[in-house]
Amino acid sequence: MQEVTASALLTNKIGLHARPSVKLTQTAKRFGSRIEVATSAAGPWTDAKSPVKIMRVKAAKGDVLHFKASGEDASAALAALVDIVARKFDEE
Amino acid sequence: MPASKNVGIVIVSHSAKVAEGAADMVRQMVGDNVPLAAAGGNAEGGLGTDVAAIMAAIDKAWSEAGVAILVDLGGAETNSEMAVEMMPEERRERIVICNAPIVEGAVMAATEASGGSSLAVVQATAEELMSA
Repeated sequence: MQEVTASALLTNKIGLHARPSVKLTQTAKRFGSRIEVATSAAGPWTDAKSPVKIMRVKAAKGDVLHFKASGEDASAALAALVDIVARKFDEE
Repeated sequence: MPASKNVGIVIVSHSAKVAEGAADMVRQMVGDNVPLAAAGGNAEGGLGTDVAAIMAAIDKAWSEAGVAILVDLGGAETNSEMAVEMMPEERRERIVICNAPIVEGAVMAATEASGGSSLAVVQATAEELMSA
């Protein structure tokens, strides 16, 4: 299965704190593909469907979130994740 | 309302305020597609936990997928175990008490449950908080 990648700049004030983390994992969980997140293109990579692990990433405003996904709905998953980051998790 | 397919979450604290506050955090952070109930305080309205109230909370949050319970200090756990023992036999094996901090555990368990995960996965996510 082809792996697809995408990235998005975190611009919301609080970065990837609790509530945005929950929204990010909830978005990732809607898709069947394996999805990972990192704050550097070189990793380390974190399972985007694990709320505990995502919260531990502690990404801040100005960080770039890198996504990679593999699976049948990988492209749609990354589009949804990039979109929710761009929308500042609908909080601002 | 049709029974939810998602695992339900029950929050049991010695304090009604803690239980209700944790439930508020779950609702605000995770949304309302997870059955949720809180039981806090003893039958007299003081600090403590009450088996009957815990049983009622399990009923309220009941889902065919099961229920995960988050507890605070000692008595909350033993009274929750007692409440589970007193539930109908066919439900007992679909109720788990998570070894996790009550507030964070409730939010994490509910986040996992909101995606339709199984009871075992919901419990594992909450308990992941206890590992490094």
